[in-house]
Amino acid sequence: MANIKELFNDQALMRELLLDHYQYPHNHELVQDGTYLSKHMASASCIDDITVQADIEDGTIRDLRFDGVACTISTASTSIMTELLKGKTVEEAKRIIGEYMKMINNEEYDSEALEEANVFQNVYKQANRIKCATIGWDAVKEIIEEKENNG
Amino acid sequence: MFDVNSVRRDFPMIVNNPDLIYFDNGATTYKPQAVIDAITSFYHDYTSNIERGEYPTAIMADKAYMNTRKVIARMINCQDRQICFMGNITACLNQIAYGLGRDLHEGDTVLISYAEHASNVLPWFRLKRDKGINIRYVPLDMQGNLKLDELEECFDDSVKVISLAYVTNVLGSHQPIREVCKIAHRHDALVVVDAAQAIGHIKIDVEDLDVDLLCFSSHKMCGPDGVGVLYGKYDLLQQMEPILLGGGMNARFEADGTIILKDAPERFEAGTPDIEGVIGLAAAAEYLMNIGLDDIHEYEKELRSYFIDKMKKLDNVEIYNPDIEAGPVAFNVKGIFAQDVATYLSTKNIAVRSGNHCAKILHNLIGVDQSVRASLYFYNTKEEIDRFVDEISKTTLEATIDVFL
Ligand SMILES: Cc1ncc(COP(=O)(O)O)c(C=O)c1O
Repeated sequence: MANIKELFNDQALMRELLLDHYQYPHNHELVQDGTYLSKHMASASCIDDITVQADIEDGTIRDLRFDGVACTISTASTSIMTELLKGKTVEEAKRIIGEYMKMINNEEYDSEALEEANVFQNVYKQANRIKCATIGWDAVKEIIEEKENNG
Repeated sequence: MFDVNSVRRDFPMIVNNPDLIYFDNGATTYKPQAVIDAITSFYHDYTSNIERGEYPTAIMADKAYMNTRKVIARMINCQDRQICFMGNITACLNQIAYGLGRDLHEGDTVLISYAEHASNVLPWFRLKRDKGINIRYVPLDMQGNLKLDELEECFDDSVKVISLAYVTNVLGSHQPIREVCKIAHRHDALVVVDAAQAIGHIKIDVEDLDVDLLCFSSHKMCGPDGVGVLYGKYDLLQQMEPILLGGGMNARFEADGTIILKDAPERFEAGTPDIEGVIGLAAAAEYLMNIGLDDIHEYEKELRSYFIDKMKKLDNVEIYNPDIEAGPVAFNVKGIFAQDVATYLSTKNIAVRSGNHCAKILHNLIGVDQSVRASLYFYNTKEEIDRFVDEISKTTLEATIDVFL
């Protein structure tokens, strides 16, 4: 089987994927539902303003959604994340988030685990925009941590 | 009129980065060699603290520090003793709000505008929270210009202070401060002016304006970081309580708690000041006055009209301040997030700023939260504008995304 990383060497394909998630973001609507945990990432930067909601039950992420005003990278990365983590157990999600953070920091990572999120493999080259690629992921990480701390 | 190519040779940043187009002068400006030399000379030849020593290098440092008061006083037409040095204009505006705020009471009003920088908003907001004063906004047109004929209506007996930018930092609107002072003084209100974006771009005459308090930062007028200048009518300075207490600003104090402050300006300069910065600031002011502030303004107007004419021809941009005379161009490329435009331009060796530019209530006026700001200075050229506009015409969503792939 071809290394998944190689699939992401096709510039036109990657551009298409990013454009698609930016212009038509997935799971891009918040719900009014008390069972969802919510995180508003407004103070991370003064530019992107994103809210992420997660429905976590029995150790599984049942649903993930987001909304907000944000740049291409934060919108697309959060959109791709919602698809990737939905349906995963919390333990799986934590591992995937960890691998993603390694990729963003230009460290060795498990590309198989990241599927479409491999499209962000070169974001580290724009050092001042790394936060854009992680804002939604950080939100989910914080939601999981809060959930675990509160039992 | 100065020769821009010879001016450019005075700036090591330009000489060392010949391909970089620096259109972020609203954030900070480059420093001419003369400023750098003045600072290194302080460290090479006469490093000392001020106001304390009896020895030759300390006396030299004292003299150089005091000389900057003279030079700045000459630049804005006031007396030396009306010039106080603080850390930056943000410190000055906080000092002003603190000082005036001690005499403000619940129900008093401070007038500001939607186009103000955070540093001319948040200190007043704190007085609203802590003392119950009102904050009201003066009427602006869509490009941030004060509607002077509606200003009088803003004044009632509760208005004690009006605090405005001379030139606003996103739209570059140039406010009629002289007329504002006339109206405000008729109503016994004080006028505070944030001259951060005006200093070094236009000639400022505080006497002629009749402004009560005015401040600016050294780094936006080719001077070093770390110095803010606070000008005030002398009686007002003498009445104002300093925000910082410590060495250098008191005349004496006693065990029973008695404090006798020095007179202004020293009373606002607690602790060891940024001596190198203050010394460098004099060199910057001399440099600008040598070139001529009126000529600088004329040249900036010429650049602005050349720039805006070219930008207006592009159909992929929306410009928020097309009719401003001089100052930045604030715009968006249609359908592309401002920060993505700035990142794309950075890959083309062009420096601009994107975001809300610390003017977070401006969206009430222009209807968008984020914009790209291209701010020029007298060392920028038409050739740079040509290259800039060419890159903007090629800024597509695809191109901005490719930067990340
Ligand atoms: C209008 C205006 N006021 C205040 C400031 C704050 O200046 P500083 O950061 O030097 O205190 C700025 C800087 O961008 C400005 O443009």
